[in-house]
Amino acid sequence: MQLVELVWLVPLFPLLGFITLMLIGRRLGEPVAGWVATAAMGGSFAAAVMVFVGMVGLDGESGERIVQVKLFDWVVAGDFSVDIGLLADPLSVTMILFITGVATLIHLYSIGYMHGDANFSKFFVYLNLFAFAMLMLVLGDNLLLTFLGWEGVGACSYFLISFWFTDEANASAGKKAFVTNRVGDFGFMLATFLAFFAYGSIEYGEMFSGAPIAQSTATAIALLLFVGAAGKSAQFPLYLWLPDAMAGPTPVSALIHAATMVTSGVYLLSRINPILAAAHDWAPSLIAWVGLFTALFAATIAIAQDDIKKVLAYSTVSQLGFMVVAVGTGAYVAALFHMITHAFFKALMFLGSGSVIHGMNDDQNMKRYGGLAKLMPITAGTFIVGWLAIAGVPPFSGFWSKDEILVSIYANGDIFANKVLFVLLLIAAILTAFYMTRLVALTFFGAPRWRDEVTGEAFIESDEELPLRHPHESPWTMTFPLVALAGAALVAGGLNLPFTKDLHFLEHWLEPSFFFEGKDNIFHDLPSGGTKWIVAIIATLGALMGIAAAWKLYFDKRGGTGPESPPILAQGWGYDNAVTSFMGGPGEKSFDAMAEFDATVVDGAVNGVGKLSQIGGGVLRKLQNGLVRSYAALIGIGAVGVMIYFLVVGA
Amino acid sequence: MELTSTWYLVLAAILFALGATGLLVRRNPLIMFMCVELMLNAVNLTFVTFGNDLNDLGGELSVFFVLVVAAAEVVIGLAIIVAIMRRRNEATADDLSVLRG
Repeated sequence: MQLVELVWLVPLFPLLGFITLMLIGRRLGEPVAGWVATAAMGGSFAAAVMVFVGMVGLDGESGERIVQVKLFDWVVAGDFSVDIGLLADPLSVTMILFITGVATLIHLYSIGYMHGDANFSKFFVYLNLFAFAMLMLVLGDNLLLTFLGWEGVGACSYFLISFWFTDEANASAGKKAFVTNRVGDFGFMLATFLAFFAYGSIEYGEMFSGAPIAQSTATAIALLLFVGAAGKSAQFPLYLWLPDAMAGPTPVSALIHAATMVTSGVYLLSRINPILAAAHDWAPSLIAWVGLFTALFAATIAIAQDDIKKVLAYSTVSQLGFMVVAVGTGAYVAALFHMITHAFFKALMFLGSGSVIHGMNDDQNMKRYGGLAKLMPITAGTFIVGWLAIAGVPPFSGFWSKDEILVSIYANGDIFANKVLFVLLLIAAILTAFYMTRLVALTFFGAPRWRDEVTGEAFIESDEELPLRHPHESPWTMTFPLVALAGAALVAGGLNLPFTKDLHFLEHWLEPSFFFEGKDNIFHDLPSGGTKWIVAIIATLGALMGIAAAWKLYFDKRGGTGPESPPILAQGWGYDNAVTSFMGGPGEKSFDAMAEFDATVVDGAVNGVGKLSQIGGGVLRKLQNGLVRSYAALIGIGAVGVMIYFLVVGA
Repeated sequence: MELTSTWYLVLAAILFALGATGLLVRRNPLIMFMCVELMLNAVNLTFVTFGNDLNDLGGELSVFFVLVVAAAEVVIGLAIIVAIMRRRNEATADDLSVLRG
């Protein structure tokens, strides 16, 4: 038996962790519950590494690396049958490696972060359940199993965002996330139904190797799945749950809303690349432009946020936009490369911000930070690595992956629209460097805009009362993951270096998962020589420009916080408010109308059927009147009827 | 007008119909009994007519059986009815409707 066939071990560990903690978590208490959960994730990571090692030993060219492990039957209904099967191919193995790795580090971090919380073990129950659902999403070999994981991560996101639900705002944020995701799920479900009608099966292997289908059907399926992906991966217009989701504990933001759940939309689009390739050409273009709009839109909002987590949230939306643009232009490898590096540096930055928030008495407003680099050296050092990575400064990993996206867009065919896409995405990249530098300058550098709790002294002149703070470095359970992720953010660029074809590890590795009609679907022809380096230099210059501009504006030794951010940007271009007022106004009215309709018409119809039976029964009851004479009459009539029957019809 | 056996059959049919209708319509048990007798006798007439037509002795034999049964039935039934009627004159068949739905 091949090692790859043991892939079912990967989701098994978090499932066992979930069940164990659900049963005896409260009794295990803090911190044993946390260690159990972390050990479960660690085991899952070890299993993922084992599967990877097993797969490396298989031959990639001949399709040996696509392994399907069927566990058992799930739905058997006539023609339609679905089983619990896991598809281990390079794409899913890549996903499970970084999902389990980052999740293990975040579990470890949570042990320190959730210290003292009354619901400590419940947190880890949800985290393990989330990990299980995410792994099933990625490993599922059919649309229904992926949907199971999809819904599972949505539900866990809801649980975890509203973890501190006694505060109304947190509960609403959880509801908002869940409902917005549901809109996307609706698209996913419709796509599944359509896929079943078109292909006769919803299993990926059968779908992609069967007869080709009509182009418009493929377009419909692809766009409906994109609606689902837009919900999960926070693309416009379904992104508005992600900034609100910051109400959850920071490890949740790091795991779910940076590294894993939000990447599931991009994963789905990559998984169905044959359908995208079979669709009309304008479908992937639409996807790319939606991604671009999201990337720019969110980047402009991020530069105006004062809450450190909101900056990171909008940054995530923007980076997901980058990934979606890459998918839309066919540069799947670039998208997945960026997904991996983004997971590392974004999780790193979220965890770092959690460390900062932890040390600043849960204050998240950057206007009250400043000068924390000396007091939290490890946090600051690792955060700076993440900052340089996301800004796209070589040799950090973010530079390589973002550059790959930019080059792939620029050089993919001679389509003019792609050149426009390239320029606009470059602007988004410059904005990325800008707002991240703003965050780092306001938080870690400059003069402290707070007073030392111990001595009470203030470092700057100020008219208003500055808060008392005691920033301190976090315990090793929180700093070790930071260091590990920083290391990953440093070297992950090595996955797909553009120098020679031989260093394109990720691209060669992912080839078996991207094929269409016998030929592969990956954009291989990165331009040689000149264009590649020019784009790289332009991107780097842009990043440095953004960094320099933000540094000039926001690094202030006298405690200033730079220019006031335009309120329209801070409010997200008014989109969130528009949606809220729509839902509260005409939205609520139509929902009430639907509820009315359901209660009167639908329920009325069901009750009406019951009433009909009652009336019918009442009428028939009159036959049983107990009178002998009427019974005799009925016998007589029946006898006459039988005689007539025999006389007329003949025996 | 020749008296053929058709006349007898028609008469028997009319008597049977009268008996059946009376059985269903009347409430007094004694009258209902009389109607039953009427029906039985109509059947007897039919038997004899056909026995004569087909030169079969079976027709007249059947009459014997029917009369015996009718007599036995009258003995028992009438005894019961008269016994009831002595107690209550206004007893009717409708009083047995305890098993109504």
